[in-house]
Amino acid sequence: MSASTGPSRPDPPERGATSGSPESDPLRGSPEAGQGNGPAPSGEPLLSVRGLKVHFPVRRGVLLQRVAGHVRAVDGVDLDVARGMTYGLVGESGCGKSTLGKAVLRLVEPTAGTVLFNGADLGGQSPERMRRLRRHMQMVFQDPLASLDPRQSVESVLTEPLRAHGFTGDRSRRVRELLDLVGLPSGAAGRYPHEFSGGQRQRIGIARAIALNPELIIADEPVSALDVSIQAQIVNLLEDLQEQLGLTYVVVAHDLAVVRHVSDVIGVMYLGALVEEAPSDALYAQPLHPYTIALMSAIPIPDPEVEERRRRILLVGDLPSPVDVPPGCRFHTRCPFRRPTRCADEVPALRETRPGRKVACHWAEEIAAGAVRAAAGAHDPAATEVGTPSS
Amino acid sequence: MGPANAASPGSPGSPGSLLDVRDLTVVFRQRGRADVRAVDGVSFSVSPGETVGLVGESGCGKSVTSLAIMGLLPKRGVHVTGGVAFDGTDLLALPPDKLRALRGRELAVVFQDPMTSLNPVVPIGTQVTEVLTRHRGLGNGEARREAADLLRRVGIPDPSRRLREYPHQLSGGMRQRALIAAALACRPRLLIADEPTTALDVTIQAQILELLRTLVAESGTALVLITHDLGVVAGMCDTVHVMYAGRIVERAPRYDLFASPRHPYTGGLLASVPRLDQPRGVRLEPIKGSPRDTIPWARGCAFAPRCPNRVEACTPDAPDLEGGRHALRCVNPLPSDSPEAKVVHP
Repeated sequence: MSASTGPSRPDPPERGATSGSPESDPLRGSPEAGQGNGPAPSGEPLLSVRGLKVHFPVRRGVLLQRVAGHVRAVDGVDLDVARGMTYGLVGESGCGKSTLGKAVLRLVEPTAGTVLFNGADLGGQSPERMRRLRRHMQMVFQDPLASLDPRQSVESVLTEPLRAHGFTGDRSRRVRELLDLVGLPSGAAGRYPHEFSGGQRQRIGIARAIALNPELIIADEPVSALDVSIQAQIVNLLEDLQEQLGLTYVVVAHDLAVVRHVSDVIGVMYLGALVEEAPSDALYAQPLHPYTIALMSAIPIPDPEVEERRRRILLVGDLPSPVDVPPGCRFHTRCPFRRPTRCADEVPALRETRPGRKVACHWAEEIAAGAVRAAAGAHDPAATEVGTPSS
Repeated sequence: MGPANAASPGSPGSPGSLLDVRDLTVVFRQRGRADVRAVDGVSFSVSPGETVGLVGESGCGKSVTSLAIMGLLPKRGVHVTGGVAFDGTDLLALPPDKLRALRGRELAVVFQDPMTSLNPVVPIGTQVTEVLTRHRGLGNGEARREAADLLRRVGIPDPSRRLREYPHQLSGGMRQRALIAAALACRPRLLIADEPTTALDVTIQAQILELLRTLVAESGTALVLITHDLGVVAGMCDTVHVMYAGRIVERAPRYDLFASPRHPYTGGLLASVPRLDQPRGVRLEPIKGSPRDTIPWARGCAFAPRCPNRVEACTPDAPDLEGGRHALRCVNPLPSDSPEAKVVHP
């Protein structure tokens, strides 16, 4: 944790505990660190993912457990997350966004690919070194009740990471500090998770994540389990903490409106791969990938006048199985802009069409220019027939 | 559905209404505990071809309202009062067998979670045909053909294969569509959809909502849509009822409601959701506290503890729901041209 990472960051309390020993932290440029890199220059991305794959074997049979195929949950993802920024990962259920988040922290073991954190390759780390590195990268989970031990008091939840990582300072002072940072009264320390509301529990989960002054926080659906009026409180808290502590976020969520609100850059995932990546304002102003176009047109906007004027592009059918990813473009089976050539047999690369914008579609430019249009019946054909039962 | 219907205020007792809910109150009684008034004097009505929305957060009583209308609440420990008139028949006074004959045939309901609404050990086909054989007296083969037709209409590909499958073999979106197919099997005149798309992805949600829109427009079905999602309401409902702590706090045609929310709770909800079409960098304005921080209506406005507009008069007497087209339960509402109502388009 070099001084340059977070100018406004309060004094990292664990520094005294660990700075003495060189091997305690591979990120400090110790010889053992990953590829032997020194501390990354501040212009480098904090997190750099290349060719990341997570495949889960599908086993069949009772005795022999033959591998019958693979669920390609994450299927070759490249992304960079700049320091102090928020990278939003959106996509629908089953697109692999949560698995990707977990694979970055090696909470699930990647099948292939590299993850560089501060220039250090996380893939080459021993379990013990990985454990120590995790101090710098923490996770906030969707369901705060499921991710908090019901028999652990808040104080115990928050001191556990401090103990595990050898924090030698005044633990109860740090707990009060953390509660204050996340907007909970200091009296909360002695209480148990069930005594809190959903929003307050998520605050506890966030306090636990920031307890060790991490640099990176991966938040997996941080607000989707919360009531609408509470979501905004947590979104604002995450924004405030980022500013105060210089945090870098990867926010994984299905709600594009929330992701767009918090993110600087957004990656759109479909069936295990990034299909588009763009600065979040640009993505809204002009989505380039047909899937992004359809996804955005499907998100309801709380304004009847906007809703009346909007053109909806309805996708037909369901997400294909990640065991049988369609050949060619993985979206071509549902794509309203599908062309007879290339889409079904040629895998589109995630390419930069203009600075900062990447899209994995053969026809992105033509679609943006209006030269390739959505199929005339780009709404669910079945929908128009319903309600007039025959017989 | 559309702007043409916006003139219908959906207020109780409006002429031509199919469902008329009056002063519906549901009290849960448990020995040794205080009574819980989950629904507290709710009144609204729905006409054929109209979509009425009940909006609110968890615990506001919107789902209990739907269960009470359908007569699906347990008898023990539950006290339901008020009136639910369906085409002139009081559903609350109807004997169970008469109600059963009506339910599934004239009125149908679709719940949020298709996995718990469908029987996991019975094939989809049997669950859809059951409605047809029971209520329309179709023979097995005929019911089977009709069921396949229904599945096809709700957008399930390869329906005859799907009919033989079990709920776990279908995706979430497909299960929800199968459930809607079963609900539509008897062409009900009233459909209650309780968070029909909450468990689904947005692209599937768009398909289901389109299905419901078409159903209302073409069959003249009266739709009660229960949801927490203001975006869904904005695109679907003619009249919107905002519920808080068991009571309707604001009722308005959707254009009025979104253009000029008057109740501080409605305004707060709208200000706390990020909008896809809003410029980034606008800070969200959450409602403080949580839905737990409420006071009983007997001691004043239940929203008062969280309300930014709170005044002396908010307690101890709770305000009544007053007004015609745009009705309000508030002593110090937002001005009718409040900034929350102004929507910034990029």
